[in-house]
Amino acid sequence: MNIATAAPDLPEILRGYVPQPGVADELFDAQGVMRPVWAPFIAQLAGLSAEDVAARFARGEQYLRDAGVYFRLYSGGPAQEREWPLSHVPVLLSDADWQGICDGLAQRAELLEQVMADLYGPGRLVAEGHLPAELVAQNPSWLRPLVGVVPRSGHWLHHLAFEIGRSPDGSFFVLGDRAQAPSGSGFALENRMATMRIFSDPFPRANVRRLAGFFRGFRQAMEDQAGPGRRMAILTPGPNNDTYYEHTYIARYLGMTLLEGEDLIVRDGEAMVRTVRGLEPLGLLWRRIDSEFADPLELNEGSQIGTPGLIEALRQGNLGLVNALGSGVIEARAMMAFLPRISEVLLGAPLKLPNIATWWCGQPLERAYVEQNAAGMMIGAALDPALPFAIGAETVLGGQFRGSASPGPLPEWLAREGSRLVGQEAVTLSTTPAWSEGRLVPRPMTIRVFAARTPEGWTFMPGGYARIGKSDDTTALAMQAGGSVADVWVVAPRAVAPDSLVPGSSFERSPPGILPSRAADNLYWLGRYIERTEGAIRLLRAWHLRLAETGDRDEPRLQLMSAHMAARGLNPDLPIPEGLALLIGAARISAARVRDRFSPDGWGALNDLARTADKLAAKVSDGDDAALAMSILLRKISGFSGLVHENMYHFAGWRFLSLGRAQERADGTLMSLQAFADPAAPPGTLDVAIEIGDSTMTHQRRYRFGPSRETVLDLLLLDAQNPRSVLYQIAQMRHHVGKLPQAGSGGRLSPLERALLLLDTDLRVFGPSDVTPAQLDDLRARLAEVFDLLALSFLR
Amino acid sequence: MRYDIQLTIDYHYDAPSDHARNILRLLPLETPQQTVTARLLTVDPPPDERRDQQDFFGNAMTTVAWHQPVEKISFRLRARAERHPQPVSDLSAPLADLAADLEQAGLEPASPLHFLGASPRIPPEAEITAFVRAALPPAPSTRAAVEAIGRALHEVMTYDAEATDVGTTPQAAFALRRGVCQDFAQIMIAGLRALGIPAGYVSGFLRTYPPPGQPRLEGVDAMHAWVAAWCGAAQGWVEYDPTNAQWAGEDYITVAMGRDYADVAPVRGALRSAGGQDSTQAVDVIPLDTPTPG
Repeated sequence: MNIATAAPDLPEILRGYVPQPGVADELFDAQGVMRPVWAPFIAQLAGLSAEDVAARFARGEQYLRDAGVYFRLYSGGPAQEREWPLSHVPVLLSDADWQGICDGLAQRAELLEQVMADLYGPGRLVAEGHLPAELVAQNPSWLRPLVGVVPRSGHWLHHLAFEIGRSPDGSFFVLGDRAQAPSGSGFALENRMATMRIFSDPFPRANVRRLAGFFRGFRQAMEDQAGPGRRMAILTPGPNNDTYYEHTYIARYLGMTLLEGEDLIVRDGEAMVRTVRGLEPLGLLWRRIDSEFADPLELNEGSQIGTPGLIEALRQGNLGLVNALGSGVIEARAMMAFLPRISEVLLGAPLKLPNIATWWCGQPLERAYVEQNAAGMMIGAALDPALPFAIGAETVLGGQFRGSASPGPLPEWLAREGSRLVGQEAVTLSTTPAWSEGRLVPRPMTIRVFAARTPEGWTFMPGGYARIGKSDDTTALAMQAGGSVADVWVVAPRAVAPDSLVPGSSFERSPPGILPSRAADNLYWLGRYIERTEGAIRLLRAWHLRLAETGDRDEPRLQLMSAHMAARGLNPDLPIPEGLALLIGAARISAARVRDRFSPDGWGALNDLARTADKLAAKVSDGDDAALAMSILLRKISGFSGLVHENMYHFAGWRFLSLGRAQERADGTLMSLQAFADPAAPPGTLDVAIEIGDSTMTHQRRYRFGPSRETVLDLLLLDAQNPRSVLYQIAQMRHHVGKLPQAGSGGRLSPLERALLLLDTDLRVFGPSDVTPAQLDDLRARLAEVFDLLALSFLR
Repeated sequence: MRYDIQLTIDYHYDAPSDHARNILRLLPLETPQQTVTARLLTVDPPPDERRDQQDFFGNAMTTVAWHQPVEKISFRLRARAERHPQPVSDLSAPLADLAADLEQAGLEPASPLHFLGASPRIPPEAEITAFVRAALPPAPSTRAAVEAIGRALHEVMTYDAEATDVGTTPQAAFALRRGVCQDFAQIMIAGLRALGIPAGYVSGFLRTYPPPGQPRLEGVDAMHAWVAAWCGAAQGWVEYDPTNAQWAGEDYITVAMGRDYADVAPVRGALRSAGGQDSTQAVDVIPLDTPTPG
């Protein structure tokens, strides 16, 4: 094999690229000759200078950062977001290889469908002895309430993923099936976007098969399944899930609504979405939550992310699901021990693509074989859906326990608990080029292939996703955590027509979207928290400027300010109080729950604000220094507000965000007036009210003298032209509420509109000298009632 | 023995519950051991949705839902049932041979295989396993093993209505050595499964005897729970009550059987309510035949 790599015509980047003996390599065939599909790509890469390569890789990474691609780690501690670990060099496959994979996996998908139909139907496989009853009965993913429930579409499986590898003889085999809620197809799209930015040259990328057609077919199939006029949506477990980013990304890409379990309600056997318009019927859910959590009434009773009654909707045939509940049952490792035989029984043919050799230790002969051959095996939990290279607490590799458990000598363990265990052949994976310190090195890889059922049969996403091991160990150990992910290119012999989700130049408007009440609620609170943060920053700046001026915290004006700050949760003893970070955190939590609804730039700006505030909090001191820091934060938060209010389309969601902002600004201004425009307030505090109301310039221009209590109330409370005044906020709220669905009926005002109109009228007829402190209290109370009415009408 | 059974369960919510939806398993089951001649479940306020079905295990399952907020819900059961005596002969397989009998089992609802492994509320528990192993007589029949373990558990456990609640795990209740019928039953099930004996959770009613010379009080009882154990192909299922250390004979009426409490909970339900809730339960088991002397 090293004959070829020693050949003089090999480029510098392949110097030292030596595939291991007895291991297949994607770049070089068994004779040590470069596979033709790679040649143009390697030639292009070899022609780049080191600086050019670095610049291109940086471009790909920048794309991922800009797009906000991340995944979440569950690591015992608080959940962390990690940048997407892109391996910059794609894996290249020929059309012929790809066709073989698809043929094999289409057969396998059909087989899995028939197994599902049997496990939730007649149960022939168990009755006839092709599958041990125990493996089904003990499998926590076999859901008894679903037995006998035939899916509305007539099919259990609609979207699958397969983890495949290449064995030393060059053929492909299956390491694992994913049918519960396969993840990764959205990440595959991002891999492709990033990799195409790195290798942006027209050739060889022109020959790479496109991914969009797969999604077009899949979405069309889901639309057909949903039925005419019925909505389809993606059901996510929520922002704490490790692949939530992908759920938001796919939802945006396919133009589907992203829902959580609490957005749904089942009524008369129909699944309905709780929207700001009321209940809307749903035709299909692409489920990204595990079946066990989907319905707390009939499945896991502790689930907080499910929808009570969902199974009833399925029983009554009113809802399509991708995939049917209970599909996790076929992911168990032990299934692999029986699928080869089941294929003969159900399809009358052997598997075209073998799966990893697996022995269930509940059978005496198989157990004995596993025990004798433990040196070349992974032994682990039979019903675990984990891939063979995932090390669990009890995993045995090469005869040694590798996890945290120590259940005693292997033979006794196997004899005692055999029926819970499987042995799987310790496979050798192929290697593929990965970039390391200026050249290519061979690294083990597996490919994840995504499949979708369409009316024309199973279709496959041509490439997009490979896992790359972190070392040159090809026994699959290197595939554990810490590896990276690469694009996979299926390379056609000639240029492929460009493609996108919407083919051609056709023009078609989407039907109006729906706004789930939960999303509206989060947008509203995002608006409020952002505005509250801005108010806090202005207050802190005013505080520090005066502190710098006088240096005397006991001065009456400063005492009043510090009492007011404390009332707002801002500890005046710290230059940047923790309360500020809490507010930014609250805004981030609200934003994280509706990431499918605003731009990655907005999310980036919010993160930037949080990071900057943290950094500044650690180093600034009281007075001018902190005041300067507040000015920096003010510019950052204005950046976020600008992105949202200038760029966000004026959907209903934007109106809730704006309502939250207006309500908070009105309330904040009223609080400030209560404190600083009080007739008993010490001198100099009116200036504070004007300053944190951002109206210093306006005040100078509008009034000859002052400030006086009257001018301040006139400007900040009653002036319809001042975008910081309370009246202005009320007018804004009236405007937005008027544009919301189910406003008034039959020409009558809704209670919400009525409350706002009364506030509006009062503020317009008041003169500045009419406004007593008691009236300010009353206005705040009435504003709080407006929120109650808003919540009652739209937010639950 | 024939019985009239009356049950009332009332729920009261501090804040009206929005979109209440419940699954009820309250209607007594027709089994080889008991005949149900009449059963009626009424719900107040009348629900907007009601569906009566059977669950996987064949238990009667009633789904009810309300579209408007409700503050109070009341479930009322009236039933007449006859319970036949349990066979007293031991036809069970030797415990050592039970595994061979199990190999013939399939996936039909009554199959013992559903009741062998961990279930959501009853995971394997090392301390309970050690306890039941120590309690086992030498080379027992399966039925004898069931009885020995039930008695041993009754010995060490104290009935205590305050020590545990509906969410207490078998492990926690066993550590306390205290609990109510639900705890007794779930601990025994964990122990039987650890020995390879399929075991299920039975909910139902128990006839209680007034103190000598006193009248039977009405409505003082609650629902009861005990254990079903599979003793091999020849004997099938037997029922044992560890709370009272006796076979579940003519004094018992089965409502539902499942793997653990979650499968048979009398009222399972989700409600969207901001405030708390409380519930009361009243049960009357009225014997219709003259009690046999002794």
